Amino acid sequence: MSANTWTIAAARDALRKGEISAVDLTMSCLTAMDAGDGLNAFVHKTPEIALDQARAADARIADSRKSGGDAPAMCGIPLGIKDLFATRGVPSQAASNILRGFKPEYESTVTTKLFDAGAVMLGKLNMDEFAMGSSNETSCYGNAVNPWRRKGSDVALTPGGSSGGSAAAVAGDLCLAATGTDTGGSIRQPAAFTGIVGIKPTYGRVSRWGVVAFASSLDQAGPMTKSVRDAAIMLQAMSGHDPKDSTSADLAVPDFEAALTGDIRGKVIGIPREYRMDGMPAEIEALWQNGIAMLKDAGAEVRDISLPHTKYALPAYYVIAPAEASSNLARYDGVRYGHRAKLTAGDGITEMYEKTRAEGFGPEVQRRIMVGTYVLSAGFYDAYYNRARKVRALIKRDFDLVFADGIDAILTPATPSAAFGLGEMADADPVKMYLNDVFTVTVNLAGLPGVAVPVGLDAQGLPLGLQLIGRPWDEANLLNHAHVLESRAGFVAKPEKWW
Amino acid sequence: MAIDIDTARKVAKLARIRVEEADLPKLAGQLSGILGFMEQLNEVDVTGVEPMTSVTPMRLKRRADVVTDGDIQAQVLKNAPDAREGFFAVPKVVE
Repeated sequence: MSANTWTIAAARDALRKGEISAVDLTMSCLTAMDAGDGLNAFVHKTPEIALDQARAADARIADSRKSGGDAPAMCGIPLGIKDLFATRGVPSQAASNILRGFKPEYESTVTTKLFDAGAVMLGKLNMDEFAMGSSNETSCYGNAVNPWRRKGSDVALTPGGSSGGSAAAVAGDLCLAATGTDTGGSIRQPAAFTGIVGIKPTYGRVSRWGVVAFASSLDQAGPMTKSVRDAAIMLQAMSGHDPKDSTSADLAVPDFEAALTGDIRGKVIGIPREYRMDGMPAEIEALWQNGIAMLKDAGAEVRDISLPHTKYALPAYYVIAPAEASSNLARYDGVRYGHRAKLTAGDGITEMYEKTRAEGFGPEVQRRIMVGTYVLSAGFYDAYYNRARKVRALIKRDFDLVFADGIDAILTPATPSAAFGLGEMADADPVKMYLNDVFTVTVNLAGLPGVAVPVGLDAQGLPLGLQLIGRPWDEANLLNHAHVLESRAGFVAKPEKWW
Repeated sequence: MAIDIDTARKVAKLARIRVEEADLPKLAGQLSGILGFMEQLNEVDVTGVEPMTSVTPMRLKRRADVVTDGDIQAQVLKNAPDAREGFFAVPKVVE
């Protein structure tokens, strides 16, 4: 198997044993990346940076071997980086025209940590504009395309969103793993749509510094990988306290990989009855039942639980997220960076703001900024924004109560369907697209860790995933549960290469 | 609550996004749909519930109020669409 298809764990072991060099591993991914343009996953390629980093990684691995130690696990691992992360001197435009040409003078904390650990950046990955979308169709770069297709069909499917480029690149073996970010499901939904693993850690586990802000109280970065073990390895490298992010938690980061014991005997898994939605496809219900059986078989106790405010999570999210976005995106005004509209004689500063923002932001981003502006405006702040924040407190309390009752992790579907066709939702009401986040958004509102694990294929041959939700700061046990689910499900299917 | 065309115009103005008159009816319709979806929140009894300000009960870190960086004017201005003589340049603000 060519090296671009490897897991991080396999590559780490091969690099340490000297069976492959980081340069050869990187070359293998660069070749796959160039052959993968049909997926439109990589939108800015950085082969020179990648090869420089790979050479440095080889030197570091050789030095470590001489001194009898091990280089960090991520040393020499080729990654794709979501366009939302600021990378010094490399375009970082959140898939928006308003940041066209923006090359940050600084490096995000997450990429700094990964590069310090020796990781290699192949390039920047496609996404929904400002991470607002569930299908990667709001990107200024055009759609990313799912490597998976329905059996006997050549209809282009969405890789999900907003981390659609990350999901397509990992599932299509253009890189070993990728960074993603998740505000309402943007790591977990695309992971489920492409048959890979994606974890959103507890809010505060990973620094948000240098990640273009969408909704600051909900945003978290996380890894998107080919296995749960890889997610543990990469999350380890991304996590940790950062004085530059005031909401970053000053807590020790456990050894996530060491937590993958495969033993979940006696653990209690909650099955929330409110996640059984009307009109849920039979295949999703069957997948969920399979997952329950797998965890039971591994010795866990399964218990029905209730999270009564689940139904209100989406409407609360679509008040809070746009409100925070309208405030965060006020900075894009054509003054300090990015696009400025061409002005006509007599235009003042207000015209400059209004024209710049009309030209630079796409329709979905404009819509969300305006919804946020409305719910924060005088007279509506209490009725919408404060009420949503109160409902958010109740949603979190639902989780607090079940965890206090002894639940270790919660098992739910990851998405209400398999990947849908690009363009299929074009004429739909915006609210219909929002329903994609129905199983994932509660986790962001409550600040909890959640992981999507590929568990099966639907009748059309498309991957389906389940979601496990953990206690706050308990990514270690959550990943162990995910590891058990992954081993029992034995998901090994790969998309047939057409690109 | 339905958003009429005047409200849509006002929201666009507050958000500093130019919306052509011809596009306002469609925008008003979409905003109404989204806000209608949010109306479900009125079913929830929130009596005595405090609005959430932070998902984790943590006190924000404090640090000494001192300058920790600076002297990076060129870097700050590097990405500006129009920078002159060490400043961001914008159209005339006062007559």
